Amino acid sequence: MFKIVDHPIDAAAVTAAVASPSTGATVTFLGTTRDHNDGRSVTGLEYEAYPEMALAEMAKIGDTAKQRWPIEKIAIVHRIGVVPIGEASVVIAVSSAHRVAAFEACHFAIDRLKEVVPIWKKEHFHGGEVWIGSQTGVRFER
Amino acid sequence: MTIRLRFFAVLRERLGQTDAEIAVEDGARVADVWALLSRQNPQIETLGAAMSFALNREYVARDHALRDGDELALIPPVSGGI
Repeated sequence: MFKIVDHPIDAAAVTAAVASPSTGATVTFLGTTRDHNDGRSVTGLEYEAYPEMALAEMAKIGDTAKQRWPIEKIAIVHRIGVVPIGEASVVIAVSSAHRVAAFEACHFAIDRLKEVVPIWKKEHFHGGEVWIGSQTGVRFER
Repeated sequence: MTIRLRFFAVLRERLGQTDAEIAVEDGARVADVWALLSRQNPQIETLGAAMSFALNREYVARDHALRDGDELALIPPVSGGI
């Protein structure tokens, strides 16, 4: 399951999406918005996506994870729009027969998502706002 | 030929639009579109070094050739997740 939503993410539903009787381990990762960054007091975060491509890139992450680890299912859901502090902007769930594969594949998925999936985060803080990555980012080609 | 452009995040804000169509000569490459666009819009020039490009939803290099009707997305450094 790969989704982009504009409402709060139901982490239990994402976890349920990877359930399977043949799995003994499910790892669910929640990325939640933080009230501070780079010494700034963050008041809110806002996400924007190139949805068609973001979903395709999420599916590729899932395919790669399945090639590298013996996992059963993977689900990635990203929220866009304004995400209040403390709420999940992304939820990733991975299930596998044994725990190591699920942990490693989930770790890979969030790292890869941050590198390649066309989603952008704008940080609102006291005194201003900034698109994260636009100051120091590196471009990605393949 | 005509290329459809998509703008996001910092680029969308600086250009004040989400998409556009641009006419380029046959044989034009991704880099040619950026050169033309940043000449017409000096306010985006400094973003060029960090920009990535996706042609019909796939990342491509700057020397990738364009075809009439392509959708070229200009991708500022991504920052999804947490």
